[in-house]
Amino acid sequence: MVRWKIPLGIGVILLMVSTTWSGLGVMSVQVRDGQLRATPSFLGAVVGSVNYGDQVDVQQEQGDWMQINCKGQTGWLHNSALTTKYISIGGGGKDAQMKASGKEVALAGKGFNADVEAQYRKGQQNVNYLAVDQMELITISPQEMVAFVDKGGLKPSTGGVK
Amino acid sequence: MKSKGISLVLLAIILLSACETMQPMVDVATSVGVASGKITQSQADSLTRTTKAVGKTFEDITVEQEYYLGRAVAASVLYQYPPYDQNELSHYVNVVGQTLAQASNRPQTFGGYHFQVVDSMEINAFAAPGGLILVTRGMLRCCKTEDALAAVLAHEIAHVQNQDGLRAIKTSHLTSALTIIAAEGAKQYGGQTLTQLTETFQESVGDVVNTLVISGYSRDQERQADEAAITILRRAGYNPYALVEVLTVMKSQVKPGSTGFGKTHPGSQERINAIQALAGGPSKAQPPAPRQARFERALGAA
Repeated sequence: MVRWKIPLGIGVILLMVSTTWSGLGVMSVQVRDGQLRATPSFLGAVVGSVNYGDQVDVQQEQGDWMQINCKGQTGWLHNSALTTKYISIGGGGKDAQMKASGKEVALAGKGFNADVEAQYRKGQQNVNYLAVDQMELITISPQEMVAFVDKGGLKPSTGGVK
Repeated sequence: MKSKGISLVLLAIILLSACETMQPMVDVATSVGVASGKITQSQADSLTRTTKAVGKTFEDITVEQEYYLGRAVAASVLYQYPPYDQNELSHYVNVVGQTLAQASNRPQTFGGYHFQVVDSMEINAFAAPGGLILVTRGMLRCCKTEDALAAVLAHEIAHVQNQDGLRAIKTSHLTSALTIIAAEGAKQYGGQTLTQLTETFQESVGDVVNTLVISGYSRDQERQADEAAITILRRAGYNPYALVEVLTVMKSQVKPGSTGFGKTHPGSQERINAIQALAGGPSKAQPPAPRQARFERALGAA
């Protein structure tokens, strides 16, 4: 009977792992600005927005997309914008609660951050941050992308832009 | 019997620690081992410490930290390769690039994907961590169609998707950085910690820049990026064979011993053969006229 304890224990653990992976619970936004779409597609209409660290309730999955609820909004987000980690923005009581529940906590702004960049820039002559800032200003709207795909005769297949 | 128990618990831990979110499960596995009398508490503590230490890889760098590393890498490359400011061209390259990025397995990064043409006739392209992608005028001149340009950009997007830039950071630098970060709970660091963290940041940035500009990625990383690029091109609706076409042009123009692509992307014929096997034969269909017209209009400025 004793010899079954370890395999049983491992079985229980694996069951817990599979339950964790298939759950549709709470996730966190891990991009600076995320746009919620009406449909599971980057060419879908924008129906809301979420920010880094926002916690979202996952309603359903479709391919790489997740339909989520956040701050009274419902829409679709690509799964690369989400993480299972709890991202702590301001600290406080909720962090302790999350730690106690065993959920991994990532502290926003920890490690390589704006302060480190500022310090790094003080000691560097051979960098062009102005050009980097200008690069980041260029954004392409979903409407422009749709028109570009259409006019260029591109026929996207499943799994990406659609 | 006891060693068999330890082996089983260790096996469970190795399986579980393969995923970064599995540390709580590792804790459960060690608890089960202790409760069943197969391992002692001290052995359990030691196993937990080991898995935590082994777990420190580039994957422990958060997307936010990847963003700041990427900005510094791009700032360094943009000092060596100044931006080529031509608005229409820049906008066009960004529309093609951002459309492709949405077709990748990693369409969302912390700060998003952004593309910049740089003023150099060297044939080269660089992908900084997080999605800042630079392409030289020399590289653009090797592209005869929008599909060829898309192939170049898709390859660079694949490097971002695969996080090859972060993989270039030497383990010693990564360990130093992550150890400092793990030891400090505060978001705002004191003077000495900030100095140490900035030093490891500088070393990490140096590792990535050195790989991008001088040594290049491994052949395996290039092969994987080519494979991912073909998937991205297919999903976005471009002709994947365009990657073969552009590499063939590049190969004919890169001189032996040259800097840039010739140095960081050796063995082009080998790559071309591998891509041909995946992309299939050349398509007889020409790109639609409006696609070719907008390409020629924008690239006229390159």
